[in-house]
Formats: sequence, structure tokens, C-alpha cells
Amino acid sequence: MSSITNKQVLDFILYEKEEWANSALMKFKTTEVLPEIFPGQFVQVKIENSPDTYLRRPLSVNFTDRENSCLWLLVQKIGPGTRKLAGLALNSKVNMILPLGKSFTLPEPAKDSFQQQIMLIGGGIGTAPLLFLSKSLHERGYSPVFLLGGRSAADILQIDQFRLYGKVYVTTQDGSMGERGLVTEHSILKEMQPDRMYCCGPKPMMQAVASLARAKNCWCEVSLENLMACGFGACLCCVEKTTQGHVCTCTEGPVFNINQLLW
Amino acid sequence: MVDLSVQLKALRLKNPVMTASGTFGYGEEYLDFMDVSRIGGIIVKGTTIRPREGNDYPRMAETASGMLNAVGLQNKGVHYFVKHIYPRICDFNTNVLVNVSGSTVDDYVQAAEIIQELDKIPGIELNVSCPNVKEGGMAFGVSPRALSLVVKEVRAVYKKHLMLKLSPNVTDITELAKIAEDQGADSLSLINTLLGMAIDAENRRPKLSTVTGGLSGPCIKPVALRMVWQTYKAVKIPVIGIGGISNTADAIEFMLAGASAIQVGTANFIDPGVSVSIAEGITDYCRRHGFKSAKELTGSLIID
Repeated sequence: MSSITNKQVLDFILYEKEEWANSALMKFKTTEVLPEIFPGQFVQVKIENSPDTYLRRPLSVNFTDRENSCLWLLVQKIGPGTRKLAGLALNSKVNMILPLGKSFTLPEPAKDSFQQQIMLIGGGIGTAPLLFLSKSLHERGYSPVFLLGGRSAADILQIDQFRLYGKVYVTTQDGSMGERGLVTEHSILKEMQPDRMYCCGPKPMMQAVASLARAKNCWCEVSLENLMACGFGACLCCVEKTTQGHVCTCTEGPVFNINQLLW
Repeated sequence: MVDLSVQLKALRLKNPVMTASGTFGYGEEYLDFMDVSRIGGIIVKGTTIRPREGNDYPRMAETASGMLNAVGLQNKGVHYFVKHIYPRICDFNTNVLVNVSGSTVDDYVQAAEIIQELDKIPGIELNVSCPNVKEGGMAFGVSPRALSLVVKEVRAVYKKHLMLKLSPNVTDITELAKIAEDQGADSLSLINTLLGMAIDAENRRPKLSTVTGGLSGPCIKPVALRMVWQTYKAVKIPVIGIGGISNTADAIEFMLAGASAIQVGTANFIDPGVSVSIAEGITDYCRRHGFKSAKELTGSLIID
């Protein structure tokens, strides 16, 4: 689904923050009307006072509350930019360009007679857009199954929120939560034959999920996080090789059906 | 009332602010953010005679106060531009110039001839300074003989405004500038990106698929400013300043150093409406400093 909402440059205030060792969940509020945002779309956040961070940081939207003009970002502290962002004090002003990119494709609302099996697979910080997606799926009458993976229990974020929308399975590489191993090795994948899979995480993980989806002949969308400069189709830096040649991840994605990709 | 209009030979700009090729798409990408009729002109993405897929990902690396890119002139070719893009953008109420690149002199000449037929395109910017393509591109911009030939041949067929974008990757930019002037260029835009490189030490690999790429952003501004100053003193045709311009003060500095107009580049990625703010800011500067027109700013640097 492509967005028809105009892109805007908006100022937000950091309203609430929950911070962990490697990440932070940040709630932002704007005094303007928050434009309509769909799950899978992202924002470009300006990082002020960080000399090493010239470009904005693309971050997928974790959740929204349009009535109160609030949006949530789940930020992993990877480099100087995301560390600076995660370290902001409450009430700091943050400028964002939004909404950007194409969203996940939602199924038709569920009918009682036929309930599609939907599986959402997230790796590490890749779970961020999946919470927003689960809310939309829930509103359409679906109760998805979640498979969340990380290096250790500390990487598994917002598990209680996911549980509000469906059953959650976990893998960690060190075995500190759920089954030990990679998400693609979880036992539920042997039992379940989903009709739809949505996936976001590190590229090798998404490629493994794409192979799995092909093996199960299952519809599958993945959300890419290629490096980008602008976020709205001008710089041509974030390209992915697809069946249509090089396309911008920021405007043609970040969500792609695996059939479009050359993986 | 400050007169912001500037004249690049026969080409009139309503104000000195343009947007640089490769940073502004075809203008359409920015319509949500700004009114393109409020700037002097836009230079659309580098266009070649045949479609180009560009270089492999990764094509971008952030640097301190800037970025490296190695896009490699990805575009759908001049015929696609004429058929599909031009009809959508020809009614923009500003000067739309097409940046033209090629691998051979003939590529440039053919593309220029095709674009000449487009009524609403008052000029081209000849790109002889792209560092990201294997053949052609920058090769024309760093060799006096090749530059002389390509400008001469394009000039012979192209009758509208011919702007030439110079490469900073040379020992003496004024030497190339004078050659372009002698061969009939109407104006010179400078600088294109500086050849640079970035490495990821942890995995011992370059950050760009092409190893080297073009550096842009505020980090190149001092170099660009110096080259604009040198070129302004060496030629009589108008100079258009490019290089890290991110706000009004930057734009003014380039004009004081000799630029008749300026192009906003990489800053468009971070502040997509910044070119309009810069145009407004120039009015304010002129008022505060008693200039009746933006033209008077060009080369008005005071050296005691």
C-alpha cells in the first residue's frame, strides 16, 4: 500500500523515554496534526549537535497515537547518531521528515469462516515496525503469531505489548530466553504453515526467512534498512537490486515482497 | 525593495539560488516541501544518452560534516527524460536545466541536441566532473585537451545556455576554466565533488562498492570557496558557486567571492526546503548591508 499522505517536516518534543543498555523507546509529541502513517513507513530524524552525524537517521515507526499527535520510535544505539538521539533529555525538540516509504500490505479484514495464519518475524531492533503492524492486523481481526529473535534476552523488546496481539515465540543465540539459536531455527516453523509472513531484521536473517517462505510457498514481505541520505528519492544512494533494476529503498520500499528481490 | 534577479549571460534567474544536480531529483521529489517557483532554477539529475543502472550498493558513506557518494549517474537516459519526465516538470515556474554527462564526446553532443528541442529547458549543465563513472565523466574535466574538445563540439550544436560544471580534482582549476570560456561556455559552475574514500576498519573493507567516491557537504566549503574566488578572477563569464552551501551565510560568502549565483546541494537531503529559506535570507542580507540588488554582491569581497 502506498501512502497518499504528503511528506512533512515537523518538530516534536520528546515526551517519554524508556532506556535500556543498547536501546531506547522514545515517545514524541507534536503540536501539529500528526499525518496519517501506515505500518512499515519510516521517519528521518535530524540529529542536532553531533558533529559526526551530518545526515538524518531513518527509523521505522514503532507505534502511533494520532488522536494525541504522538509517535514512538525504538532506537538501537549503534553509532554516534543513534546514541545521541537515545540520550536526549525529556522535552528536547526533535525534527523529523515523515511519513516516508511504502507500508506493509495488509490483508483484507478477517472473516469468521476463514482466518489466515499470519506470522511476524523480527530480529533485534527489526521488531520495531512489527508492533505497529500488529495493531493494524488486530484491527482487521487477525491474531498473528510472533517469532522474535535476538542475541540475548536483552535484545527482546516490548514482548508484553506483542502479547496483547498474539502468541509470542522467542529465540536467543545464547539461550537466555526462549529456544536457543536463530529465529529461522525455531521449532514453531516446522509445525506452522503460515499464509503470510512479514519480516524485519538483519539482512542475512531476512534472506533466510525469504528462503523459508519460498520453501513453504508462503507470501512474504520484508522491510529493508539500506543506508540512505535523503529518504525521499532524491539521492539514489539506498538502492536495492530488484526485478526492476536498481530501485530506491526509501520510495519503492522499505517494504518489498520477496518476489521483487533478487535474493 | 531588493532586486534579487541575476543574469547569467542571456539566462535570467529570479534569484541567485539554484539546486545542484543529483541532489534534487527532477524537482518532483521536493514538491511536498517547497514551492520550486521561489528559487532561481533547478538542475535535474545527470542525464546520459543511454540508461545507466549506476554503481552497486553501498553507494554512500557519511563523513564528518558531509558524505561520500558513488551513485554513478544512475538515470533512465535522455529519451526517457524527454518522453516521461519533461512533460511532468516543464511547467515548473523556474529555470529547469538538465545536467548532461557522457562517456564519449559524441554522447554529450547527441544528448545536447535532443535536449535543445525541449522548449522549456533554457540550458544545460555539462557534467565533465563526475568522479563515479569508470570512463568519461571526470576524465573530460581534468584533461585540458579533452575538455577543450567536448566544450567545442557541444557548443557547435547547442545554442541555449551552456553551463559547464568543473571538477575540483585538478591542480589548477583556472586553467580548465579558461579553456571552457575560450571554447564558448556561457557560465561555469563549481565545484563538483572532491574525490575521497572511507574505510570500515573493523571489517577492513572500503565503505563504498567503488572504493572511492565524491565528497560533498559543509566539509568541502572552504575548498569550493577558494576555487570560486580563483576562477572569478581568471574568467569573464559568470561563475556559479557550489560546495557545502547549507544556509544564507554560506550563499553570501560564495557571492562575495565572485559567484553570480549559487547551487544548494547536499543540504537539500537534510533540510529539503532550505533553498527557499536561502533565497529569502539573501533579501534580508542585502537590506542590512545596503545592497539594492543581489547582483551587486558578486565579487564584492573587501580585502584590506
